[in-house]
Amino acid sequence: MDLNYTPEQQAFRHEVRTWLEAHVPPAPLPSFDTAAGFEQHRQWERTLNSGRWSAVNWPVEYGGRGVTLLQWLIFEEEYYRAGAPGRVNQNGIFLLGPTLMEFGTPEQKARFLPRMAAGDEVWAQGWSEPNAGSDMAAIRASARKQGDHYVLNGQKTWCSRGAFADWLFGIFRTDPNSERHLGLTFILVPLNAPGVTVRPIAQLDGDTGFAEVFFDDARVATENRLGPEHQGWKVAMATAGFERGLMLRSPARYQNTARKLVDLYRSCAGSADPCLRDAVTRAWLDAESYTLNTYWTVSRLMHGGSIGAEASLNKIFWSELDLHMHETALALLGPRAELHRGPAVGGPAVGVGSAGPLPVGSLQAANSDPLLEGAAVGDWLDGFLFALAGPIYAGTNEIQRNVIAERLLKLPKG
Amino acid sequence: MDFRFTDDQLTFQATLRKALEKECTPEQVRALWETESGRSAQRWAQLAELGLLGLLVPEDHGGLGLNEVDMVLLLEETGRAALPEPVLETAAVGVPILRNTPLARTWLPKVAAGDAILTVGHPLNPYVTDAHVADLLLLPHDDALHAVPRTRTTLRRQACNDPSRRLFHVDWTPTADTRVAQGPDAHRLLDAAFDRAALACAAQQLGVGQHILDMGVRYATDRQQFGKPIGSYQAVKHLLANVAVRLEFARPVVYRAAVSVAHAMPTRAVDVSHAKLAASQAALLAAKTVHQVHGAIGYTWECDLHIWMKRAWALDITWGTSAWHRARVAAAVIDGLAPSASFGYTRPLTAERGSPVAS
Repeated sequence: MDLNYTPEQQAFRHEVRTWLEAHVPPAPLPSFDTAAGFEQHRQWERTLNSGRWSAVNWPVEYGGRGVTLLQWLIFEEEYYRAGAPGRVNQNGIFLLGPTLMEFGTPEQKARFLPRMAAGDEVWAQGWSEPNAGSDMAAIRASARKQGDHYVLNGQKTWCSRGAFADWLFGIFRTDPNSERHLGLTFILVPLNAPGVTVRPIAQLDGDTGFAEVFFDDARVATENRLGPEHQGWKVAMATAGFERGLMLRSPARYQNTARKLVDLYRSCAGSADPCLRDAVTRAWLDAESYTLNTYWTVSRLMHGGSIGAEASLNKIFWSELDLHMHETALALLGPRAELHRGPAVGGPAVGVGSAGPLPVGSLQAANSDPLLEGAAVGDWLDGFLFALAGPIYAGTNEIQRNVIAERLLKLPKG
Repeated sequence: MDFRFTDDQLTFQATLRKALEKECTPEQVRALWETESGRSAQRWAQLAELGLLGLLVPEDHGGLGLNEVDMVLLLEETGRAALPEPVLETAAVGVPILRNTPLARTWLPKVAAGDAILTVGHPLNPYVTDAHVADLLLLPHDDALHAVPRTRTTLRRQACNDPSRRLFHVDWTPTADTRVAQGPDAHRLLDAAFDRAALACAAQQLGVGQHILDMGVRYATDRQQFGKPIGSYQAVKHLLANVAVRLEFARPVVYRAAVSVAHAMPTRAVDVSHAKLAASQAALLAAKTVHQVHGAIGYTWECDLHIWMKRAWALDITWGTSAWHRARVAAAVIDGLAPSASFGYTRPLTAERGSPVAS
C-alpha cells in the first residue's frame, strides 16, 4: 500500500494546474441552464479542448490524453481547486463517451467522439418518460424501422441539458410486441431533426436544466443506433453504471464544497448554533471518506477490477453528502439563506428566477465579510437547490437501495 | 499510489479468519463468560503461533517486524469473531510502547511467544481492560509512563455490559524503577499508543459491523412473514442497504489511517479519529438496524446478536468517544490547531494560498 504520488503523477498535476491557472475565466460563468450561459460554457469546452483537457481519460485518437483513472482524479482535483466552470457536456463526455467506446462502431467513434470532446456537439439524456421514471423498463417511445431509418414517436422527459443541447441519447422500443427490458434499442438523435420538438421545463430554481422532447414521425438514420438492435437495455445499463459509478461525481467536487463550508463556518462561528460545528466536521469527514473510497476503487480498477452494483453505494453516499453540506451551509447563513445569487448591486440580473438587482446592498454594508455577501450566499442556495435533485436523478436512491440489497447483499427479490 | 493490500496481507487475513471461525465460535465465546478470567490460554497460544501477537515485534526480538498496515486486516478479523482476548492491548498497543523502552529485550520475545500479556491504561479510559491476565501494565502517571508488573498492583473488577469484557480499577504506586519514560518522551509514547489503540478499535469495528450485517442479511433471508422472506420487503432491504453504504465507506478510511500510523504521518491524529468515527458510525448503525430486523428474538440473551452489538457499543466509547474524536477533528480542520490535509486534493505543489486547512 503506497499512498504517495509518483513523480510522473506530480508532474501531471503541475501541468494541469499551470494550464488552468492561465485559462480559467476570472469570473464565474452564468448557469449553463440559461441560453447565454450555455453558449459561454460551450466556449469553455472549446477552450479546454484546445489544450486537450476536455476528456483527459479518453484515448488520444478521439481527443483525449489516454491518462489513467488516477490521473483523471488528479485532473479533477485541480479542476475544482481552480474554480473552473461546470461541464456542460458532462452527459456526453462522461456518460455517452465511455458507452460509445464500449459499444460503438469505429465509424461512430470517429463521427461522435471528437466533436463531443470539442464541445461542438453537446448531449442531452433521454431516459425517462411520463410513465417510466424509476420503472425505466416501462418506456413506450417507439422507433419503427423503415429501410435505413428509424421513425421515432412518443415522448421523453426530464432530459438533462435538453433545452439547449444538440443531440440526445436514449432508448426506444423497436419491437412493438416486446415488454419490459426486451425489444429496446439505444439511439442517438439529432435534436434539430424534423419531427423533434423540445419543450424546456423550468426547474424550481427558475432555470431550464431539463426539457421534454416529443417525437412525431422523426426520422433517424439506422447508423445512429448504438449497439445491437433490441439490446438497448444492456447498453443503457452500462451508461447508467458510469453515471452512478465514478465519472459523474468526482470527489474533488465535494472536497471543494467542504472546504468552502469550513470557511463559511469560520465567518459565521460567532452567531452559529454550536451543533453546526459538528455538522461541518461531519461534512468535511464524509467528503474525505468519499475521496478515499474513490481512490480505493480506482486502485482496484487499475489492476483489473471492475465496478458493478457497487456504483449504487457511491450514488447514495455523494448525493446525501451534497445535500447535508448545503443544508448545513444554509443553516449557517440563517436569515441570509434565502438570498438569490446576484451580481453587485446595479449589475444585470442572472437567471430566469431573479427579477432584477437584488436588495443586498444594506447587508453588504452591514457586513464586510465577503463570504456573507450576496454573490457568495446565493451560490449556496443554488448549490442547495441542485443538491436536492441528487437523490432523484441517475436512479433514485430508493432504486439504488434495491440494487444494493438484491445484488450486493443478495436479499431475495420483492 | 496504490491503495491495495498485498497478496501476503490478504492471505494472512484469510488464515486468521479460518482459524477464528474454528476456535472462536459464539458457543466458545459464551462458554468463557462463565469463567473467572474470561480468557482462553489455549487460543492465546494459537494466536502467538500464527504470528499475530509478535506482528509488531522486531525480528531480532522474535517477532515478524511488520507494521500497522499489515495488522489492520487482522484486527478486523478479531472484531468479526468477537474475540475476547486482549490482542488490541498486547499486540497493537503494548508492543510498540515497549519497543521504545529498555524493556524491549526482556519483554518482547515473551510477548511474541505468547508467554506474556500486556495492557495499557489511558486517562480517557476510566478502567483498565484485562489487567487480571496482564503480566505487565503500562500506566501513565503525572508526567511519566510506567511499566508495572501485575504483582505490584491491586485490582478491583468492575462489572460491565459486554460479558466478554473485563474491566479493572488498578491501585498501584509509581516508583523510579517502574518508570520507563517521562516528560515529552512519555507524552509521545502515550499519544502514539492512543492513536494505535483508536485505530485498532476502528479496525475491529469494521469486523463487528460486517458480522452484524451478515447476520441481518441471513435472518432477513430465512425469516418469513406474510408468506415471504422479510428481506424481500423494501422496508427491510433499505435499512440493510444503508448499513452496507456506511461500512463500505468506512473501510478505506481505516486503511488510510493504518498507513498514517505506520509511517507516523503529520496528519496521524486526524486520520485516526476519522477512522474511529467512520467505523463506529457504521458498526453502531449495523447494530441498531440488525437488532430491528431481528425483532423480538434479537432482544433475547439466547440470540447471538448481542455478542457483537455490545462489542460495537464498547468499542465506540473506549479510546475516545465519537464526540471526543469529532472534537479533535474539528480543532484541526476548523480551528487549524493540528495538521490535517484533504486526501490528494490539497497536496501543495507550491505554497498554497488561502485557508490554513490547506497546509
